[in-house]
Amino acid sequence: MGAQLRVFRRRIRTVQSTKKITKAMELIATSRIAKSQARVVASRPYADEITNVLTALASVASLDHPLLVERPQPRRAGVLLITSDRGLAGGYSSNAIKRAEELMALLKQEGKEPVLYVIGRKGVNYYRFRNRPIEASWSGFSEKPTFADAREVGETLITAFAAGSDDSDGNGDGILGLDEVHIVFTQFKTMLTQTPMALRMAPLVVEETEEVDGPLPQYEFEPDPEALLDALLPKYLNTRIYAALLDSAASESAARRRAMKSATDNAEALIKTLTREANQARQAEITQEISEIVGGADALAAAGSDD
Amino acid sequence: MAQLHVELVAVEDKVWSGDASMVVARTTEGEIGILPGHAPLLGQLADPGTVRIKTDSGDRAYTVHGGFVSVTEDGVSILAEIAEPVDAQGH
Repeated sequence: MGAQLRVFRRRIRTVQSTKKITKAMELIATSRIAKSQARVVASRPYADEITNVLTALASVASLDHPLLVERPQPRRAGVLLITSDRGLAGGYSSNAIKRAEELMALLKQEGKEPVLYVIGRKGVNYYRFRNRPIEASWSGFSEKPTFADAREVGETLITAFAAGSDDSDGNGDGILGLDEVHIVFTQFKTMLTQTPMALRMAPLVVEETEEVDGPLPQYEFEPDPEALLDALLPKYLNTRIYAALLDSAASESAARRRAMKSATDNAEALIKTLTREANQARQAEITQEISEIVGGADALAAAGSDD
Repeated sequence: MAQLHVELVAVEDKVWSGDASMVVARTTEGEIGILPGHAPLLGQLADPGTVRIKTDSGDRAYTVHGGFVSVTEDGVSILAEIAEPVDAQGH
C-alpha cells in the first residue's frame, strides 16, 4: 500500500473515533434536555403557589420589607453568574460571561461596585485566570441542580444583602454587604435558542399572578402578615434562583447538544472527503501500477522483437 | 360530604394532590385542623412539622420542612421546601 493511502486511512480512523465520542455526547445531552425540562415542569406548581401566596400577602402586609425596598444609595451590587462545569457546550458559558460583563459595566457606570458570585467551574476559571476577585463560588451541580444547592447560594446572597453596604451611616456591622443582587442565567427558549438574561433579584419585584377578578379573599394569618412575609420572601428568592439554575441546566444541555451535533456533522463531512481522497489515491496508485506493468511489458516486447 | 381539594407541593415536585376530608397541620402558633369550608388562611408551618391528610381511603402523613399552608375557597395548598412521607405510614 502506498504511503499516501496509508495516511488517508489513518486520518479517517481518527475522525471516525472522534465522531463516535461527539455522537455519544450529543445523545446524552439530548436525554438531559428532556430530564431538565421535566424538572422545570415539576418545580412549577410550587413556584405558582408561592407567587399566589405572596400576591395575597402583598395586598395586606405593608411592603416595607428590606428585601422589597430600594436602597437610597446603592453602592455594592452582587452579580450571580451561572455557567457550566464542563466545556464542549459551544458558546454557552462564554455567552453568559459576556452578558455578565455587560451588566457589570452598566453597574459601574451607575456608580455601583459589582461583586461577583459565580456558579460553575467554567466561570470560576475565567475569572481566576484573569485574576479578578470572586466573592464566592459554587460548582459541581450545573447539570443537575437541586434545591439544596439553590438554597445554599440564596442564603449566602440574602445574608450579604441583609447586611447592606451602608456601613458609613452609623449602623456599620463590619460586613461588606450588598445593596442589590442581580442574576445572570441562560433562559431556555427552544431547543435552538437559549438567551443569556440578567435579572435583578433583590430588591425584589414580585411577579404577580394575572389580575384576580373581584376583591381578594379576606385571609386569616398565622402568624401576622409581616412575620409571614419575612419568612416567605427568602424562600421566594431561593425558588427564583432554583428556577434560574434549572433553566440554565436545560440551556447547557441544549447548547452542548447543538455543539456536538455540528461536530458530528463536521466529522461526517470530513470522513466523506477523506474517503474520496483515499479512493482517488488508491485509484491513482492502481493506474500507476498498470501503466508501469504495461510499460514494462511493452519494453520487454520491444526488446524481444528487436532480437 | 364536602371534600377539600388538597395540594401538597415541594420545590422539586408535586408530592400529592387529591381530595381529603380534613387536613391537620401545625403552624408556628399551634395545631390547626382544616375542614371543608374553612375561612381563607395563610400560615407558616412549624419546622419540621407533620401534616396529616385524612382521606376516604386512609390517612397520609408527611414531614414538612420550611412549609406554608394556604387555604382558599379552591382548597388547601401546602408549600414545602422538603416534604417526605412519614415512614410509619408506609407510603
